[in-house]
Amino acid sequence: MTTISDPPKQQFRLSMLLYDTRYRSATIQVLAMFFFMLLAAWLISNTVQNLANLGKPISFGFFSDPSSYDINQRLLEYTSRDSHLRAALIGLLNTLVVAVLGCITATVIGVLVGVLRLSNNWLVARIMTFYVEMFRNIPVLLWIVFAMAILIESLPSPRDFRGDTPSATMDLFDTVAVTNRGVYIPEPLFSRSLGDVHLLGDSSLRFDVSLDLIAILVVLGCSIYAMRKVSARANRIQEQTGERPTIWYIELGILCVPMLILLVILGFHLGYPALKGFNFSGGIHLRNSLIALWLALSLYTAAFIAEIVRGGILAVSKGQSEAAAALGLRPGKIMRLVILPQALRMIIPPMISNYLNLTKNSSLAIAVGYMDITGTLGGITMNQTGRELECVLLLMLVYLTISLCISGVMNWYNKRVKLVER
Amino acid sequence: MSDTHAETVTFVRDTMLPEKEPPLSTVGAIGWVRDNLFSGVLNSILTILSLGFIYYVLSGILPWVFQSVWNADSLTECREIMVATWGDTHGHACWGVIKDRWLQLFYGFYPPYPAHPDANFGSAPDGHWWPAYFRPNLALILLIGAMIPVLFSGAPRKLLYLTAAYPFILPWLLWGGSVWVPLMVAAGFAIGYFAYVLVDRSMSSLMATIAAVLLAILWWVFAVGPVSGALHSILNIGIAPVQSREFGGYMLAIILGVVAIGCSLPLGILMALGRQSDLFIVKTLCVGFIEFIRGVPLITLLFVASLLLNYFLPPGTNFDLILRVMIMMTLFAAAYMAEVIRGGLAALPKGQYEGADSLGLNYWQAQRLIIMPQALKISIPGIVNTFIGIFKDTTLVSIIGLFDVIGLASAIRADTAWNGIYWELFAFIGALFFVVCFSMSRYSMYLERKLRTGHR
Amino acid sequence: MKKTVFFGAVTVASLAAGAAAAGTLDDVKARGTLNCGVSTGLAGFSAPDANGEWKGFDVAVCRALAAAVLNDPSAVEFVPTTGKTRFTALASGEIDVLARNTTWTFSRDVDLKFEFIGVNYYDGQGFLVPKELGVSSAKELDGATVCIQTGTTTELNLADFFRSNNISYEPVPVETNAEGQQQYLAGACDSYTTDASGLAATRASFEDPSAHVILPEIISKEPLGPLVRHGDNDWGDVVRWTLNALIAAEEYGVTSTNLSELASGTDNPEINRLLGVEGGLGEMLGLDNEWAQRAIAAEGNYGEIFAKNIGETTPIGLARGLNAQWTDGGLLYAPPFR
Repeated sequence: MTTISDPPKQQFRLSMLLYDTRYRSATIQVLAMFFFMLLAAWLISNTVQNLANLGKPISFGFFSDPSSYDINQRLLEYTSRDSHLRAALIGLLNTLVVAVLGCITATVIGVLVGVLRLSNNWLVARIMTFYVEMFRNIPVLLWIVFAMAILIESLPSPRDFRGDTPSATMDLFDTVAVTNRGVYIPEPLFSRSLGDVHLLGDSSLRFDVSLDLIAILVVLGCSIYAMRKVSARANRIQEQTGERPTIWYIELGILCVPMLILLVILGFHLGYPALKGFNFSGGIHLRNSLIALWLALSLYTAAFIAEIVRGGILAVSKGQSEAAAALGLRPGKIMRLVILPQALRMIIPPMISNYLNLTKNSSLAIAVGYMDITGTLGGITMNQTGRELECVLLLMLVYLTISLCISGVMNWYNKRVKLVER
Repeated sequence: MSDTHAETVTFVRDTMLPEKEPPLSTVGAIGWVRDNLFSGVLNSILTILSLGFIYYVLSGILPWVFQSVWNADSLTECREIMVATWGDTHGHACWGVIKDRWLQLFYGFYPPYPAHPDANFGSAPDGHWWPAYFRPNLALILLIGAMIPVLFSGAPRKLLYLTAAYPFILPWLLWGGSVWVPLMVAAGFAIGYFAYVLVDRSMSSLMATIAAVLLAILWWVFAVGPVSGALHSILNIGIAPVQSREFGGYMLAIILGVVAIGCSLPLGILMALGRQSDLFIVKTLCVGFIEFIRGVPLITLLFVASLLLNYFLPPGTNFDLILRVMIMMTLFAAAYMAEVIRGGLAALPKGQYEGADSLGLNYWQAQRLIIMPQALKISIPGIVNTFIGIFKDTTLVSIIGLFDVIGLASAIRADTAWNGIYWELFAFIGALFFVVCFSMSRYSMYLERKLRTGHR
Repeated sequence: MKKTVFFGAVTVASLAAGAAAAGTLDDVKARGTLNCGVSTGLAGFSAPDANGEWKGFDVAVCRALAAAVLNDPSAVEFVPTTGKTRFTALASGEIDVLARNTTWTFSRDVDLKFEFIGVNYYDGQGFLVPKELGVSSAKELDGATVCIQTGTTTELNLADFFRSNNISYEPVPVETNAEGQQQYLAGACDSYTTDASGLAATRASFEDPSAHVILPEIISKEPLGPLVRHGDNDWGDVVRWTLNALIAAEEYGVTSTNLSELASGTDNPEINRLLGVEGGLGEMLGLDNEWAQRAIAAEGNYGEIFAKNIGETTPIGLARGLNAQWTDGGLLYAPPFR
């Protein structure tokens, strides 16, 4: 016997595609897909036809041609005889450098300002509010141009260091030169260097790995591993006996002694910048364009991060800080041990989008002539080859990949923090 | 008992003592200073450092701003006046450039009297009773009028008609031309609406939606041009047209921001709904679009507008750069708007959705009558923040050669008279942006506070 | 009067889809305005003044062209283009002619499918250095920091020059001439390099021009000229011969002041043909016979345009040099009008 609740078996009718909710969603989706495909096909056919009319079929062959332009800031070895692909790679690295530097400083400044905005000191809190409002409400492009102008106009040029009575002198016991072409800082050098390993032969993606750096990293890794062991043993002893052995000097020794020995073996010394010819030479040259971009981006983003941090701190219930105060913690420790860890949960998601914004805003490097990927691939290469379609699409793809990587990593971190919390 | 008690106590006060003044050191200016500025060693150090910092900054900026030259026609003249007055050219602003070019910085090359393209700002042509830059100024005033009922709940509801009409008034006022074109474009919406109502009665709402959209699009693409042309030849009502490449300056930033936000609102709502829906393909398309746009910098989208959009459109199609930039800015804003509105949707309690279902409302009815009014209301602060972001990002159009304020600043610097000037221009532009963005962000904070009390 | 601009542009765009583009000359005549691509601002060559009026050497060429084709030197829409957008704007038909100090190179002519219709300014890349640096030749610039405008051929020339001379340098790319000037003056670069005309213009605007020298080396050939799209030869001819008319007018002594007098007929058949008194050259171009008169009347002949915008009496202060007529030892050599 069939139950009464069983619906009568229905024949499928065409109108059910519209009226029956079970089928209607399928109809809508098929329609949406159809229109999307139609749109895509229309765009692609237009593009193909336009390119055919212009006689410029899509091709990435230009990538292997010599770029014939120079890039001032290059993390890998590069000359104007290298290919456009290598120029794009150099640009990509420059983008990443400024993005990573910017994110770090923006976080530090942002957290500091966010905390100080809640300071008891009226004046400090007002100054911080002023800073946040100034930076949030003026376009970042203007700040970048402004930062560059300030650097160029207010710092001495290398010419001022010359002569018997120079109008400018080097700072920090003659080790750092601050000029309007950039800042020259001492560089680490090795007189008994282990040399480099060349990877990927002669291709455009070739790069050198310094064996010195690898050796330092290996030793550092081993030291940290040993330190962990020591501190784990200390924990065990503490658990068994209730008394923790003093181990800080052992840890310090493990950390420093092997490193010092290694550095002596490698013949570590610092190379100082010195005025030679037109410019300072020697040392690491942090160019103006990098500093201006870095400064403007991190100050701009820090203003947003400060607001996020402030909001996160205010969102932690007052009972938490009162309880912590009742336990006898000092204000600094309350902030560090009780409030910030809890605020972190609120802070991290909007922080991710600010890191993304900073990375995307780094494409404004073009305004100060910093050769990031927009400046190389989306700038000179595009200009000289006339391959706008390929260059712009590739440029978007690169940024999209960077964005997805950042949000992937940060989301993973967010999840981890959440798990630890609960 | 009570008697004995009374006797044991020698004195009972039966009146209150007058309140004493708090100690001088805790009230008034001194108390405030002690509490807020010098409450501890660290705080005192911070205060002194801050005071020093403020003095340092102000002592640099104030003389520059106020010991300045206003009346000069070129930088050389400025420098001569500076040398004559203060003896050196350092540390004095030359505001002459702003005085000389402020109209250009505000309006770009927009003709002050569009019917008389050669008339200058200073010389109103004969028979003109309205002031220079009448059209953009009126558009701005109407914009404020149209925004008020949306932004402030206490405003007269009648203004909402202005809000509805504004999208058609704005382009007509700015670009000019025949009055029939915006009217016919508006008619497209009416046609779509009637199509929806008619088809909805006879067939399903899905069919009705499709029919409405299709009919409206067909109308816009094929009928608006000829029909408005015909009407125009019958009854010639129109104002002088202005090419969009004459737009520029701060006006361009406002137009781009307003258009991008205005057009992206419906798009953003649709995409937010698409992202929330359980239709897999629709959801994937929406998520893909939103994440793509949010993953690339605006400058690459502007490159697309300036370099690639012509490749994507049929051969021979060509419309000017400002329109293309508006399209890309709209798409860009729509992705961010979708996220803001999605936040608003997510913040609604589930009961609202279930309540709508239990009333037997269909999807669109539920959205229109129950969900969207609430979701949009809580999204307004987010929308305003998105607007601030877009508004600031309009400065990027200078990189692709449009003359917004920054582009104009470069052009002014290229002029032989002002070659070599920059701080004054930057300061002026920064102040322009600061005023608008700051007041909008204050508004959005006020709204957030208001909404918060509404919920608790 | 064009009825619609905004909505019209949208609808027309969709309507015009697929419609085969007619000749540019017909388009321009039908439109009633000439769309001319110029740079976003280069003193003396093209920059808007306080009234939004475009002025300059390149601008004058566009005005002459508009006068020749449309009988109205003000019927020009100036489309500012950057180094990046200029070629796309031309290729896509957004502009009819690009007059933006663009160097005539093989790849632009052949690979990018453009047609350079002549040279209106013979330029070359030079170096500007402060006198106090004590440099007298570009080859002494080993290790120097050099400011350079990106997106131009000068970047490639610079790399080639230093490479072939086997000396090192540090490029500082800047986006606009104004920024290059700012950096150079502040000493953020030792030398500023761009086209020699640009250097002269930049130097002229300094507080103390005499403290700076332009080095003798000219490291590249930069023939700058207007260009049009490949394949529309009728339009190319109009632009080419308008430019030639300006140059020829100077050679034959036709100026904007004596134009009306000469137009009534002279003993020189070449002038008569140029001014349309005899021959009928204009009709061959698809214009009327007075086209060259109007072109010359717009801003004067080549020499007058030069003198007015960038000549020695202007703040830019450029000498004619290579840009003198061939009869004066320069390179300007208009083919015969016959």
